[in-house]
Formats: sequence, C-alpha cells, structure tokens
Amino acid sequence: MKLYRPVNLIDALKVRSETDVIVLAGGTDLMVKYRNPALIMPEIKKDLLYIGHLKELKGITSEGGTIRIGAATTLDDLEENAITPSILKKAIKELASLSIRNVATIGGNIANASPAGDTISPLIAMDGSIILKSLKGERRLPINKFILGPGKTVLEDNEIIEAIEIKDKKFNREYYKKVGTRLANALSKINFVGLAFIENDTLMDIRIAIGAVAPVVVKSEEIEKRLQGMKLKEIKKCIKDIQKEYSSLVKPIDDQRSNAIYRKNVTLNLLRNFLQNL
Amino acid sequence: MNTIKFILDSRNVDIETDPFKRLIDLLRYDLNVKGIKEGCGEGECGACVILLDDKLVNSCLIPAGVIDGTKIETIDSIKEKPLGKAIIEAFAGFGAVQCGFCTPGMVVASYYILKNSTNLSENEIRYKLSGNICRCTGYDSIVKAVHNVAKIMGKMNEII
Repeated sequence: MKLYRPVNLIDALKVRSETDVIVLAGGTDLMVKYRNPALIMPEIKKDLLYIGHLKELKGITSEGGTIRIGAATTLDDLEENAITPSILKKAIKELASLSIRNVATIGGNIANASPAGDTISPLIAMDGSIILKSLKGERRLPINKFILGPGKTVLEDNEIIEAIEIKDKKFNREYYKKVGTRLANALSKINFVGLAFIENDTLMDIRIAIGAVAPVVVKSEEIEKRLQGMKLKEIKKCIKDIQKEYSSLVKPIDDQRSNAIYRKNVTLNLLRNFLQNL
Repeated sequence: MNTIKFILDSRNVDIETDPFKRLIDLLRYDLNVKGIKEGCGEGECGACVILLDDKLVNSCLIPAGVIDGTKIETIDSIKEKPLGKAIIEAFAGFGAVQCGFCTPGMVVASYYILKNSTNLSENEIRYKLSGNICRCTGYDSIVKAVHNVAKIMGKMNEII
C-alpha cells in the first residue's frame, strides 16, 4: 500500500481520477474505521490519497455575503477564526476533544456522513452548500442533497470536496444543544440547532435542524416557511402543534448510545425550549 | 512502503514505514518512545497525545505516512523543558498521579494548553483536558496541579 502526497489540488484530482484511492484528510474517522490492535496492519486493498496538507483546501474567507470554508480546514482553525459563524463555533466547541479538533477537518465530518456529525446540522440550518471538484469541473450542491443516509453521499470516485459555502445571514436568536454523555468525545444522542431572526416581535426567519434523530438531519423548509411572519405571541400559543409536526419527522433509532423514545422526547422538549425562549 | 523524514524530540529520523501504520506504533515500537501509552486506540482517552508541529494530537489517529517533514515532540523532550518540569512537580505535589498510565498524556496536554493560553481558570482547564481520561485519581488533583502552574506562570515567563 502506498500514500500519495500530491503538491497541489490538480495533482490530487489526477490521482483521484486515475486510481482507486481512499481520500485522507484528518484521518480521525478513517483510523477508527480501520482500527486494529497494536502493530497489526489493517487490510486495505486501496492506496491512500492525502489531501490534508493542500493549501487550496484550507482557510476561511468572506466575500460578497458568502462565507467559504476550505474542506481541509481543521475544526480548531474554524473555532479560532473570527469569520466562522457563531452557531458553527458552538457546535465545534462541543465536538470531540482539543487533540481531535486539531486534525479533524470540516470536509471530513461531512464526507463521513454520520447522522451524529455535529457540524452537519448547523451547516444545513444555514443552507450550506458543498463544492465538489473533479478534473472535469465542479458541482455545487446543498449539503442536505449531498448526504443520502448514514455513510452515504453522492461523492463520485473522481471527485474531491473542495469547499463549503454559507450565506452570511444575520440571526439574532441562536440555540445549540448537544445531548451526549461526556464533556469531550461524546457522539451526539441528539444535536439541535435553532436559528431565528426577529424584528418587532415578528419572526422574520427561522431554521430548525436536528441531527442524530433520523438517517439524515431533520429540517423542514415547509414548516419554517409557515412560521415566518408570525408574531412571537402566536408562535408561543401553538408550540404543541409545532411539536406535533416535528414529531412525525423525527425518526430516531435504538442503539448503544441511546434509545428512540428518549431521543424523541428530548428532541421535542428542546424544540419547545427553543420556541418558548425566542 | 513510504520513506518519511521528520524531527523526533530534536533528532532527525529517516525511516521506511507502511504509510497506514499508526503513528503510535511507529513511535512506540520502531523508535522505542515508550512514554506514549495506548489506552483506547480510538482517540477517546488521550494517553497517546503528542505535539505534531506544535499541535496536540492523538498519535493513535495519525497515519505515519502523513508526518513526513513534520516536527514531533513527545513526553521524552517535554519532561526536560522548564514548563514540563514545573507541570511534573505540580502533579507530584498535588497527588495527581496514582497508577500513572494517563500521566504522560496528561502532562503533554497540560503543557500544550498552558503554552497556548493565559490566565486559565479551573473550568477552562477542565474543558481543555476533557479529552484525557484518568481512571483512578480523579480529576480534581490534576486540575488543581495545572491551575497552580497557570497561576505561577506569570512569574516564570522566562521558562516558556
């Protein structure tokens, strides 16, 4: 087995289009996936393509109301950067540990497509898109169209995730709650993102994205649109109805981390908490 | 197989390795750095942390192939530095060591957070050390030891 270490993105894309490789950035998920006891090498038939060092894939910029994050930007770099949206920072602060955030990348968190991926819900709440590069050109997709299910994405064999883009929109209410068992390194039982923009007691914009309670992040544009324009007083009167609507979308499972009944109840309680405190 | 070159605790290393070998295995078994401990092997416990280009990382999660051209510092060199010595003394003074298995990782992580922040509060220390697990002493004495070093660091700026 061999590790390709291209000097730039074009070379990386050449390797990607010619060879069947595993793309490696931070490696914090990959190394656990192929984990073996000490000194026993994992059996991988493919070569590795390292992209974690590529400058074209690193950094955060803001231009014309759009924030662009290079796919190989580490979570620690995002946490430290003034441009990073604060809701994303809140999620990152509770994600893994200092030593993992120092290497783990945002592109990796999305590509891994875990229902419990903690950067995914805030990105989807902000209507984030993903830019996929290949030698033939580039594709741009909403992140919720990129992820199909647990571990499944639409990434083609010749593509590399180049960047994530988010519209720099203002919200004056931000709510992030992660339910996990330990301060560090807990995989989410639930992660709940609530964003809202309120003016004159009227809800101008609202986003609700909930992770780890269904195969993909739960977000309903339909419900959000219906709530827009409502007075806060009206919203607070119909919290139970809104909970009911989300109840049918939230489809958690029983697993080693939690169970479906707990996840559903807590999700609906968090939803109430978010709406009550708008 | 890939040939990689890097700096390990101030010495140059040039070695041939399987690029997917875990860095912890390369360091412990090929280069005999036994102060790095393996607890969980999946980044949960922090017993294997090292500094890779001045960043704290779990050596069980790094494939050896990617460290070509980097600088690695382990407990072996950190324990000889003034700040490392101050941390080790504080651990001893506050009874922050029992079985000792987590200690090298705790010392390296403490070194990293003390070096990269000022005026650390106890709560910040708890948050920043939360990637390191101790299964016997408990965390109070460890946090107190690190907090004590943080408090006296202003007076000993010259040692950093």
